[in-house]
Amino acid sequence: MNPRVLTQADQIAIVTRRRLSDKVFRAILIFGGTTSFFVLLAIFLYLVQRSAPVLREFGLGFATNSIWYSGDGFPASQGSSDPANFGLFPMAYGTLLVALIAMVIAVPISVMLALGISYYMPKRVSAAVTFIVDLAASIPSVVFGLWGLFILVPHARYWAQLLNRYLDWIPIFDVTFPSFDQSPFVAGLVLALMITPIVTSISREIFSQTPLELIQGAYALGATRAAMIRNIVLPFGRGGVVGGAMLGLGRAMGETVAVFFVLQLFYDQTNWFRILESQGGNVASLIVARYGEATEFELAGLFGAGLVLFILTLGANLVASSIISRTTKKKRVSKK
Amino acid sequence: MSNNSPEREEVSIPAISVDRSASLGSSAQEALNDQGAPVAQHGAREMEAQNLHIWFGNNLVLEKVDLVFPANTVTALIGPSGCGKSTFIRTLNRMHELIPTAALAGKVLLDGRDIYSPDVDVTQIRLKVGMVFQKPNPFPAMSIRDNVLSGLRLAKLPAGDKESLVEECLTRAGLWTEVKDRLSEPALALSGGQQQRLCIARALAVKPEVLLMDEPCSALDPGSTLKIEDTISYLSDSITIIIVTHNMQQAARVSDYTAFFLAQYGEPGRVVEHTTTSQIFSRPKDPRTESYITGKFG
Repeated sequence: MNPRVLTQADQIAIVTRRRLSDKVFRAILIFGGTTSFFVLLAIFLYLVQRSAPVLREFGLGFATNSIWYSGDGFPASQGSSDPANFGLFPMAYGTLLVALIAMVIAVPISVMLALGISYYMPKRVSAAVTFIVDLAASIPSVVFGLWGLFILVPHARYWAQLLNRYLDWIPIFDVTFPSFDQSPFVAGLVLALMITPIVTSISREIFSQTPLELIQGAYALGATRAAMIRNIVLPFGRGGVVGGAMLGLGRAMGETVAVFFVLQLFYDQTNWFRILESQGGNVASLIVARYGEATEFELAGLFGAGLVLFILTLGANLVASSIISRTTKKKRVSKK
Repeated sequence: MSNNSPEREEVSIPAISVDRSASLGSSAQEALNDQGAPVAQHGAREMEAQNLHIWFGNNLVLEKVDLVFPANTVTALIGPSGCGKSTFIRTLNRMHELIPTAALAGKVLLDGRDIYSPDVDVTQIRLKVGMVFQKPNPFPAMSIRDNVLSGLRLAKLPAGDKESLVEECLTRAGLWTEVKDRLSEPALALSGGQQQRLCIARALAVKPEVLLMDEPCSALDPGSTLKIEDTISYLSDSITIIIVTHNMQQAARVSDYTAFFLAQYGEPGRVVEHTTTSQIFSRPKDPRTESYITGKFG
């Protein structure tokens, strides 16, 4: 009997039976993976619910107005004679400005430090520096804040005065009132020092993954170390460094205590660019500053502030993860 | 056992025919010593290892290597894995010292001058002594054209006429007709064999005097291998080539001279035999060489 030619109708179902251990492991992983998502969602919903009175009262103006006035603690819609009025814009903008200053200072330092550790320092020194950097990443932020207030601020005042004296023709270094303390510059400096360890650590990790064959290929073509780094290591690590910087940015934006100590908050005015001026905004610091004496309605306002900060940091992290995933994809191509 | 006995005939290798014996002496007028090995002339494009010893840490991996690579010839380095061929070749363009514990004693001469003398600029040596690696390693972030020109950029050399340099190098590497219409495509779009020829073109762009090839075909299919061998034959008119290979037929096909390396158990590697390729494959002097090239070990 000759076997006949088979058609699609003869296709068999290919079954891979899952082992019990696979099933258990899978269940644990799915639980773990989805839990973090649901926790995030629950936080978001809770923030929306708690801030609902304020959002109903001010609408989008809560994010775009420039005022933080407690009054007698009740909104105008409840017949208050001295109505509370909340608009978060100077704080939200200030958060971004301070974080940006921190990035501008921290990222170049981190990249140079990471390159130094990976390619320039003798092995023993680089091991020691790596250890110190990783240790610095675990210093609590309140320590950074206190250290910033008592040690850094007096020095930073001098640096700020120098910047102002010689570079005040650049608008960002101009001031309207020469006090120089508790400026976005100082806050950014403290934050920069705080996030430098984590950005350095991630950059170092990505630089160390540069394929040896490419490094050797460059050296074999007569490259100096600097030329090799510029043409091989930096293009390879660019995406990872950006990702690490974005993680640092997320941390910088959410930081509370360190900034609270060293930044002068102005609720009703936005400091657009005068980074040496003793005036700034920061959502997290606002929450710390107002929480103790807040009435119920203002508390709703603070929850609203938390919601805005939540959205800002989530946005920064989304950008970071999309950049990181794009780099990973590129790497997969290069392995082929 | 005399060399003319019938048994001797049986261990000869019919699959290996030595093509290049005829060309020897026409492209270069080298002096040979009584062993058949070339004698140093200290001229341009000549490389020489003098009493070279190589260590990793306290471990002596190569002992007393004396080899001359005459100008415009191809020398094949053969031997079992772990005998120090790759280590040796990496001392010739000072890639050896990139490994932290690497050390050496003796001399390596290029154009009659010691490349390890303290006043020598290592990047200049690597420009004069190019290298092609076992695995093709084009720079993934660069296009085909930029890969060819990458040496100029890395070593900050004046570029001159870039387009004609790209064409010249790709032509010499035997790749021009295949890629001339897609020079700005990424290098990784090429096949493995094409990538390896691109790496050869990249090495040629900085105008080296010597080209080191560390098993350049071990990751390639037979067709690509033949193309690279054609390229080697073509290049050897103007450049000195030293190639590490595990493929006996390849050594026989492309090289003028062959050096057989061997590290016996517990001992550092040594050069067992170094002579013309035709001689080593037809009348090897050392029985260990004969065993190796007939496939009895290694």
